[in-house]
Amino acid sequence: MPSDVALRVKALESILVEKGMVDPATIDAVIETYESKIGPRNGARVIARAWVNPDYKKRLLADATATIAELGYGGSQGEHMVVVENTPTVHNLVVCTLCSCYPWPVLGLPPTWYKSAPYRSRAVIDPRGVLREFGVTLADDVQVRVWDSTAEIRYLVLPERPSGTEGMTEEALAALVTRDAMVGVAKVSRSGGAAA
Amino acid sequence: MNGIHDMGGMQGMGPIEVHEDERPFHAEWEARAWGLIRATGPFGPTRRRNFRYEHENLPPAQYLQMQYYERFIKVLVDRLMAAKLLTQAELDSGRADPASPRSTPSVTPANIAEQLARRRSLRREDVKIRPQFKAGQRVRARNINPVGHTRLPRYMRGHRGTIVADQGVFDFQDTDAEGYTLPDRPQHVYTVGFTARELWGEAANARDMVHAELWEDYLERA
Repeated sequence: MPSDVALRVKALESILVEKGMVDPATIDAVIETYESKIGPRNGARVIARAWVNPDYKKRLLADATATIAELGYGGSQGEHMVVVENTPTVHNLVVCTLCSCYPWPVLGLPPTWYKSAPYRSRAVIDPRGVLREFGVTLADDVQVRVWDSTAEIRYLVLPERPSGTEGMTEEALAALVTRDAMVGVAKVSRSGGAAA
Repeated sequence: MNGIHDMGGMQGMGPIEVHEDERPFHAEWEARAWGLIRATGPFGPTRRRNFRYEHENLPPAQYLQMQYYERFIKVLVDRLMAAKLLTQAELDSGRADPASPRSTPSVTPANIAEQLARRRSLRREDVKIRPQFKAGQRVRARNINPVGHTRLPRYMRGHRGTIVADQGVFDFQDTDAEGYTLPDRPQHVYTVGFTARELWGEAANARDMVHAELWEDYLERA
């Protein structure tokens, strides 16, 4: 049984189509774009490239917007990108406390948790607690850097490359990189998926 | 506006739903809602209230209860009604009033890709202003409480931080009390770093930092 909000969205769509304000084929095209073209696989390719190509990584950290554009990604909500690098002593975490700002060209639309009150409220005051909730426990001597991207800069986290992946191809490495790792709430593991 | 949206540092909002796959939509209506928002072309008056202000201005209980795409749809409906392009009777019946005007969609399958890819930068490369601050300098976020939209989170106000980077000149995004962006006031935007202890007290980890981009008007020398 469709929910109340589902019915309201459906009603609004048919009214606007009747009025000639919206073409349903355009709606289909938007959905198709976000389901197959704009999403976290784009960001994963950027990360994998940075892992295998030191020159690309250097440029990515110096001028993220232009260096990401080399792989064909850019546009709305990716106009001013900054990439922050995780190391054995620094862990980066991205949030937007005031809104839900997120780097669409490389990560797609934000997950529900990123837009939720629990994450937005707590990421700045208790980032280590938030990370534990995601299964990541950091030592006290690792510095946590939180980026509240509530203005015009959008952040992408460059996670640490997992050990034991030295022989892997760029494509295989990209498959290991998760959306959560690029927001900073997860690490990348050799087997892909969540790792503490 | 010291609204419910400005939630950085609040507690008691509950656990985070951490297990979520990477699909952009988790229900058909979410996909249709997002598609509808992006596929509806410009309408109504050209002088528009700030989009984020419209979200922030929703009643707090509604803001917290509504799902993300539901909030976007609510703002779209409010705008259509304000522009007299939609009535409550139409929403209730699910049908357009036969007497209502008919138009032709301006966003089409042919131009949607370009629309979605379009850059909307607020950076003003054309404006040369001397920055008041430079990297490494100590600053304080002003203790101000604007009633319109602002990008200065409450939890940073009155606290001392350090300029990490000058991001260049951007158009100011704060609004007046009605939600209209304040007139042309381009200025430098800085990434400012605050220690967790400065923001949250001695219980915080001594190494941890919180950063945000702050417009020059939000800052004073410290």
